[in-house]
Amino acid sequence: MAADSNNTILVDGERIDLRNRTLAAFLAWLVPGAGHFYQRRYTKASLFMVCILSTWILGFALGGGHVVYASWASGDKRWHYFLQAGVGGAALPALIQVNRMKKATDPVSGQTAKQYEPLWGGFMAPPLRPVRESQADEVSAWYARRGAGYEMGTWYTVIAGLLNILVIYDAYGGPLSVPISGRKKEPKEDADSADEDAKEEST
Amino acid sequence: MLPISPTYLLYYLPLIIAIALVFGGTRHENTQLILHHAWQTGRWITSFMGVIFVVICVLDWML
Repeated sequence: MAADSNNTILVDGERIDLRNRTLAAFLAWLVPGAGHFYQRRYTKASLFMVCILSTWILGFALGGGHVVYASWASGDKRWHYFLQAGVGGAALPALIQVNRMKKATDPVSGQTAKQYEPLWGGFMAPPLRPVRESQADEVSAWYARRGAGYEMGTWYTVIAGLLNILVIYDAYGGPLSVPISGRKKEPKEDADSADEDAKEEST
Repeated sequence: MLPISPTYLLYYLPLIIAIALVFGGTRHENTQLILHHAWQTGRWITSFMGVIFVVICVLDWML
């Protein structure tokens, strides 16, 4: 991958104008593929958008609206959310929900107020607190209702978030075209190396 | 042999397709090269997991 200016790179024989890289990376985080649409790389933009968003949506279909939520309370440290947040805008409603729940939770007892009602029918809302593994709580109710689907939905959305991190890098710096084999080739005679280059380009 | 229904293996298909295509897309710009790389990636991951699966099955049978 050659670069002949800060924002134009040469990849697979094509010149790619990355335009404003930082903006492209931010758009890629906000909506998977949006950064590539901004850079006029429409094919890849569509590919990333379809792949990542379909994985995300499938995760919700399998596990329900609670596979993505933000929580760092005692007994419920939802580390998955840090990875799911890679999808950006699609994971932001969870932050709104958790902020609302924090305000309705007593900091001393850790109990959520009885009159608390999450927004949007509980979509991306964290479980009612306290969450205790040894007792029946709302998290165990979600598992009971969805079975293995809750776990699968969680992992689908985590993987969607991780994939979008690769996409963000691609929007910022272009394709990461590293050779599959780490072996370095020995320098050869000019004729031999020219033949080899021609063969590689044809494949 | 499997403690769970083989239907669960269907969960693997959409994931491997998405992972392979995104991985290929982040390595190339040309569509043909993206698809080629995605195919190789999907095949590699599936083969690797298949080997691990066989190893675990053999260990399960032996123990």
